[in-house]
Amino acid sequence: MRFMLLFSRQGKLRLQKWYVPLGDQEKRRLGRELVQTILGRKAKMCSFLEWRDLKVVYKRYASLYFCCAIEEQDNELITLEVIHRYVELLDKYFGSVCELDIIFNFEKAYFILDEFLLGGEAQETSKKSVLKAIEQADQLQENIDFQMRLFPVAGRHSQKASSELVSQSELVSQSELVSQSELCLPVLVLVLNQGLDGVLVPNMASESSGLFQN
Amino acid sequence: MPAVSKGDGMRGLAVFISDIRNCKSKEAEIKRINKELANIRSKFKGDKALDGYSKKKYVCKLLFIFLLGHDIDFGHMEAVNLLSSNKYTEKQIGYLFISVLVNSNSELIRLINNAIKNDLSSRNPTFMCLALHCIANVGSREMAEAFAGEIPRILVAGDTMDSVKQSAALCLLRLYKASPDLVLMGEWTSRVVHLLNDQHMGVVTAAISLITCLSSKNPDEFKTCVSLAVSRLSRIVSSASTDLQDYTYYFVPAPWLSCKLLRLLQCYPPPEDGAVKGRLVECLETILNKAQEPPKSKKVQHSNAKNAILFEAISLIIHYDSEPNLLVRACNQLGQFLQHRETNLRYLALESMCTLASSEFSHEAVKTHIETVINALKTERDVSVRQRAADLLYAMCDRSNAKQIVSEMLSYLETADYSIREEMVLKVAILAEKYAVDYSWYVDTILNLIRIAGDYVSEEVWYRVIQIVINRDDVQGYAAKTVFEALQAPACHENMVKVGGYILGEFGNLIAGDPRSSPLVQFNLLHSKFHLCSVPTRALLLSAYIKFINLFPETKATIQEVLRSDSQIRNSDVELQQRAVEYLKLSSIASTDVLATVLEEMPPFPERESSILAKLKKKKGPGVVVVSDLEDGKREGGELNGGGDRGPDSAMSASNASTPSPSADLLGLRSAAPVGAAAPSAGSLLVDVFSESGAGGPAAAVNDDGFLSSVPPSAASEDLAPPLPEADELLNKFVCKNNGVLFENQLLQIGIKSEYRQNLGRMYLFYGNKTSVQFASFSTTLNVQTKPVEPLVEGGAQVQQVLNIECITDFSEAPQLNIKFRYGGALQNITLKLPVTINKFFQPTEMTATDFFQRWKQLSQTQQEAQKIFKANHGMDTEVLKAKLLGLGTALLENVDPNPENYVCAGVVQTKSQQVGVLLRLEPNAQAQMYRLTLRSSKDTVSQRLCDLLAEQF
Repeated sequence: MRFMLLFSRQGKLRLQKWYVPLGDQEKRRLGRELVQTILGRKAKMCSFLEWRDLKVVYKRYASLYFCCAIEEQDNELITLEVIHRYVELLDKYFGSVCELDIIFNFEKAYFILDEFLLGGEAQETSKKSVLKAIEQADQLQENIDFQMRLFPVAGRHSQKASSELVSQSELVSQSELVSQSELCLPVLVLVLNQGLDGVLVPNMASESSGLFQN
Repeated sequence: MPAVSKGDGMRGLAVFISDIRNCKSKEAEIKRINKELANIRSKFKGDKALDGYSKKKYVCKLLFIFLLGHDIDFGHMEAVNLLSSNKYTEKQIGYLFISVLVNSNSELIRLINNAIKNDLSSRNPTFMCLALHCIANVGSREMAEAFAGEIPRILVAGDTMDSVKQSAALCLLRLYKASPDLVLMGEWTSRVVHLLNDQHMGVVTAAISLITCLSSKNPDEFKTCVSLAVSRLSRIVSSASTDLQDYTYYFVPAPWLSCKLLRLLQCYPPPEDGAVKGRLVECLETILNKAQEPPKSKKVQHSNAKNAILFEAISLIIHYDSEPNLLVRACNQLGQFLQHRETNLRYLALESMCTLASSEFSHEAVKTHIETVINALKTERDVSVRQRAADLLYAMCDRSNAKQIVSEMLSYLETADYSIREEMVLKVAILAEKYAVDYSWYVDTILNLIRIAGDYVSEEVWYRVIQIVINRDDVQGYAAKTVFEALQAPACHENMVKVGGYILGEFGNLIAGDPRSSPLVQFNLLHSKFHLCSVPTRALLLSAYIKFINLFPETKATIQEVLRSDSQIRNSDVELQQRAVEYLKLSSIASTDVLATVLEEMPPFPERESSILAKLKKKKGPGVVVVSDLEDGKREGGELNGGGDRGPDSAMSASNASTPSPSADLLGLRSAAPVGAAAPSAGSLLVDVFSESGAGGPAAAVNDDGFLSSVPPSAASEDLAPPLPEADELLNKFVCKNNGVLFENQLLQIGIKSEYRQNLGRMYLFYGNKTSVQFASFSTTLNVQTKPVEPLVEGGAQVQQVLNIECITDFSEAPQLNIKFRYGGALQNITLKLPVTINKFFQPTEMTATDFFQRWKQLSQTQQEAQKIFKANHGMDTEVLKAKLLGLGTALLENVDPNPENYVCAGVVQTKSQQVGVLLRLEPNAQAQMYRLTLRSSKDTVSQRLCDLLAEQF
């Protein structure tokens, strides 16, 4: 694999992983061009395309596009499942992952990817093993962070549960919430994965809709 | 859900991110970022030492800013500091920053490497993995230098944890890809192969990527992996869907590993050991059988994983190309996919079938799906799928279905996406030419092509139809009638006017008997288009008019009037004005006989490779036209434009003319200038007319058969002097250059200017008389063929001789040139070797490192390689070497050879009978002042000859 990009329907890059040495300028140019190409494609089109001298494999999960550029001899279908496995890993780790999780915890998204793919090749395809590695690391930091937590931050997952009943009208005011919420971080990442599939709701909502739509 | 909290308490970071997200405009975002950058800068510069947490937070913010697309020019040092923190999260963020924002600052690299070294030797597997991930993510040369020795040790050590082994394997792979020269094979290599037997599936999955890459570069050293891979594959394929626990993915056992195993096997030919081969064939059959079983899950993940293995198995079957039974089964399976409801599968089936179509075992089986593929071309909603369908139709085309495929492609063209029209046009043109048995069909097809997609019809396409019409007298009348009809359309494409003008100018007489297409009607029809056309087309039409004056004297008055009109004779375009003036003059003063000679029908064009094919190759890379190789054997006698047999043992043919004859270039093969373009000397009819008359006998220079047969070998050949002792040395001077002085003595100087294009070349020889006395009875003889030059060379004067050269097949001996003349009564007799060497017919080929090595590997038979190790004869200056390699005619490929000291080049030797792909590698050793030169090509004689030639150059 040459590189992997995650970007939103608005064309914002959420994650980029390059497995070939390229200059920053070149990366930006390629990223922009590919994002435009893919956003220009219709929903039912095939997940593969020839782009420059590469094969591109992409798939959309809710508001996010996952896109891999692979080499001539690489297998398209297995790459599609590389993407799916990565989404599964994120989903398992964050618990119904949504775009906001990836925005606010971008470093975690990179760490999980590194456990799964290294140098563009699958390192560990077992979901359990990857998550175990990440959890072990979290455990390590938990012990260290313990003394840093002067004011406890409410776990965002409990927020998620309590927000399941948030109605559509509350959603509209969400952007205000965001600006007032500097001290109350978890509000930002509340996840509205019930009953929203991100078609008609504003951006904020689509970013917070789960990548797996049940 | 994991028990631990995911937030690692970087509240400031979350606040910053939400601030950025709230920015209403790009300006506001930049303002907020600049504020943050100023803040972080002051924190980093402040007197107060930052604690690890703050450092981590700020570094993370910088990373976020960078990932947003802004430049970051500080903070690297703080990130490096984090690496040596003993707190895991700080270390982790430090490594992430370094991985994303590598800086080639050498001071920092030293510090980074130091931190990595510490972590690698920490024996803490989590830290070791972090360090290995960092090396794999950065993969720089400096890191390879520091760790390429250490990592293999970690990889094969008995006490290394599995997770560390996995990271080490892929880390080594990344270093090997970036700097293969630094990763030295050693005793670890054999132990790496045995990782295929590891109990831990994750270790095997990671290790196999490394093994595949290493095997593709050094197949012999790793060939034991074949039987290991087969047995591992067989165990997976035959396992029940739950045996592999977490390595089962949606009821498919270990799909990633299976695909990688099948990929690894594609680095090798079929196993020689019967038992291994039997087991492998069994695996492949099981995989094909499983495709027919009902799915174990409705989820798309299940079918994707299963089919990923199936497609990889089919790739292997195609790679082996030796099991007709499996090939046909593969083809049938793909045939089912062609009608699958999943677009993805249809796409892949079309793509995969393209390669199957080029195997002789499955070509026929592929052809049975023609209706489905045509249907796909018509009905697929996704252009990328339609593109695959068009590619497949092109690949499966042969004489039996050419008419159907061409007509389907033509009708598709009417609605085709703009992005693929040009390529479609080229493909239609090639198929129509290649499989035409009936030339009127060919002419119809090309004219339809111009009608439907005129804008996408490149010059090569319409040049080609003219070439063919001129060379085939049985189609000329039909062509004239058809273009005449096509021109009746009120709006017709300019390319149609060009073809129409040219063909009516040559062959309008063939339809002039019909009153509906009488000469005057023809002329009026053409002239009605004149004012809508661009200058080059008008120039061509003017030439057609003067040809009309010759063909139909009754049109003379009308045409002269047109030429005489101010809009022609005073046209602001100098080319048009010149043509009008000269043609008018010519038509007024020349007698009918002279006119008839000057304006005689164009002679046939020398047969050569279709320029359209060359263009398609250029457009798509050589892989795409692979089908034509398969067809080569079958199409004898079917070639349009087929000329007479040429002597097979005469590798070179040359014709000469005393003036350059641009008419041979009319169709733009030898010179880049297009027909009728503004450059007045570049192959326009005007120049043709006069140069032919200037040459004395029309057509002599370009007659197709004239190349070899016009002049018998010189009767005087027995008294030719043997080649000068220095002839070879003189020849060698010209291997890498085309122009210069070939020979000089007190009397005579011979200069050479030459140019080559594909398998054709033109050489100008300048014989300079250095004395003040006349050379009498001056003659030159070429051992291939010759035509006399001016017999007298005045003192101080120079005569010029032009040779047209065509390379028919590869050759080793240069043609000999003998020069005889009398100087003051004494006969001078000099024989030289004409500096025409096989490399002159090189067409440079650009390719990526991957392609290069793949091809290099494919040419691995011993006779395909020629190698020489020799002492440097000249300085080893890089620029000089590069210039020489470029002069050789190949493409000099940068960033391909892992060792930057080495040079690699690629090119294709174009001969009439075949094309020979050549790869070259030159490895200088500055200390020893030696070179190692390796050439690989698909033809042993070419490798050897090039190797001999080149060894003298450096």
